[in-house]
Amino acid sequence: MTNIKSNKSALVVLILGLSTIVFPLYLTIVIAFKQPSEMTNSIDGILSLPKVWSLDNFREAMEITNFWHSLGNSLLITLLTVGLSILLHSLMGYALGRNKAHSKFYSFVYLFIVSGMFVPFAILMMPLAKQTAEMGLANWFGVVLLYMVFYMPMNVLLYSGYLVNIPMALEEAAKVDGASTWRTYWKIIFPIMRPMHATVAVLTALAVWNDVMTPLVIMAGSDQNTLPLAQLNFQSQFGTNYNLAFASYLLSLIPILIFYIICQKQILNGVVNGAVK
Amino acid sequence: MKNERKRTFLLITIPILALFICFNTIPLIRGVIYSFTNFKGFGKYNWVGFRNYIDLFSDARVGRSYWFTFKLAVVTTVVVNVISLLLALALNSKIRAKSFFRGAYFLPNILGSLVVGYIFNYFFTYILPAVADMIGIDSLRTSILSNPDAAWIGIMIVCAWQAIAMNTIIYISGLQTVPEDVYEAGGLDGATGWKQFKYLTFPLIIPFFSINMVLCVKNFLMVFDQIMALTKGGPAQSTESISYLIYNNGMSGGQFGFQSANAVVFFIVIVVVSVAQMKFSGKKEEQL
Repeated sequence: MTNIKSNKSALVVLILGLSTIVFPLYLTIVIAFKQPSEMTNSIDGILSLPKVWSLDNFREAMEITNFWHSLGNSLLITLLTVGLSILLHSLMGYALGRNKAHSKFYSFVYLFIVSGMFVPFAILMMPLAKQTAEMGLANWFGVVLLYMVFYMPMNVLLYSGYLVNIPMALEEAAKVDGASTWRTYWKIIFPIMRPMHATVAVLTALAVWNDVMTPLVIMAGSDQNTLPLAQLNFQSQFGTNYNLAFASYLLSLIPILIFYIICQKQILNGVVNGAVK
Repeated sequence: MKNERKRTFLLITIPILALFICFNTIPLIRGVIYSFTNFKGFGKYNWVGFRNYIDLFSDARVGRSYWFTFKLAVVTTVVVNVISLLLALALNSKIRAKSFFRGAYFLPNILGSLVVGYIFNYFFTYILPAVADMIGIDSLRTSILSNPDAAWIGIMIVCAWQAIAMNTIIYISGLQTVPEDVYEAGGLDGATGWKQFKYLTFPLIIPFFSINMVLCVKNFLMVFDQIMALTKGGPAQSTESISYLIYNNGMSGGQFGFQSANAVVFFIVIVVVSVAQMKFSGKKEEQL
């Protein structure tokens, strides 16, 4: 009897709590659809539903922020980083994971890279801004290279941790058949690590997609934008037209919302796996 | 055969390690070198020895940013963990539409923190004062973001809103590792409600508690996006986080050398805090 009661109160708490999540989203949607003339200073002027559901704000915001261009850049950077992370970080995780137990060199390299996790971006930011400019990498490609380095500690840790569960016997059997280490890796080990690829993909994609600081510091000089960067620039130029601004915010949230609705299960699993391991 | 394996591993490791050194180790070393100069970010510069470090400890603005950042990190960590734990307990109980609720509560975490910050900025600037006006709370009639004593609370709320989503999911996965019969056995001994939580549930999910602590403190110490979206360090420099100060004054304020010294100190602080946390949580787990 007490059990049923406590569950009911849990449900009430959860529904109330949910309003703190729904309300900001509701706010974003209604303001994004309204015209400035509908926005009065009273609370119902702000929160009431728009009189007409018109897409004009979105059309204008898209034009001002060059939405498709920023979206393209964000997609390019995210997909490339995720793809390269899965290929290169898994290889590195493999090389280090298989050798760190019996080789001083590999265990040193492993510690060296994993301890990169403690290096805050703040200390790298200024030298990197200079360095990428000197190397002609102050663009989206430079940002991808940096992400490959920033997420390497975490991903190498995840991959080499996962490798512990994969028996050496599999590789030895392939070796007996005459396959090279390189071939064995791609034919046997890489496919087996699939669950970890999913985790790495989710963690890296979320982090890269929403990151502001790296593109801000590295790409600021170029006329290229990512979606978050476009919001930042938009805010400093047109921040007072809230309807337009909110249309722009909503536009920038839609891709990740769609991704979340489609892959919710994988995302939740990925995030938990990444954190717990 | 053996050599082939060795060679392959080296051919994998060397280029990737080189990439890492090029964009992590070298800039780190350059940052340390710059911290001993009076470099402005352009033009010529001279060696100044430990001048920057000495100035750092007497600089009121830097001191304020450390105080603000630590205050924010500690308070937010406590708030986030208490609420997350309660939510996780509720979400792990036998309720209807469990997976819907779990999915919905995780939503804030996937949204970009800059845009979330902008939305809350509007909320604090227009909605909250309008509501306060309606129900007659004088102290909230002006935006809390323009009040030097209260702006940090606004930032805390936005940081918490997103972090709670993450921590709740981790606590749920912790609660799922607690087998049902532990509660049954505990129930026979009269452990229910708070007692059950304190003596049975919590000790069993301490590893997850540690993960959340480490995640929270590290993320909040490095807070940047929320500051950028909500206050830009204001009002009266009351909400400048360490990262924001380094970015703002180092990149465009002509303090490249000085802020490099600040960044080096910040790096050491992060390492010390992280190592201390891991030592501490390692000990706690051992005791169990």
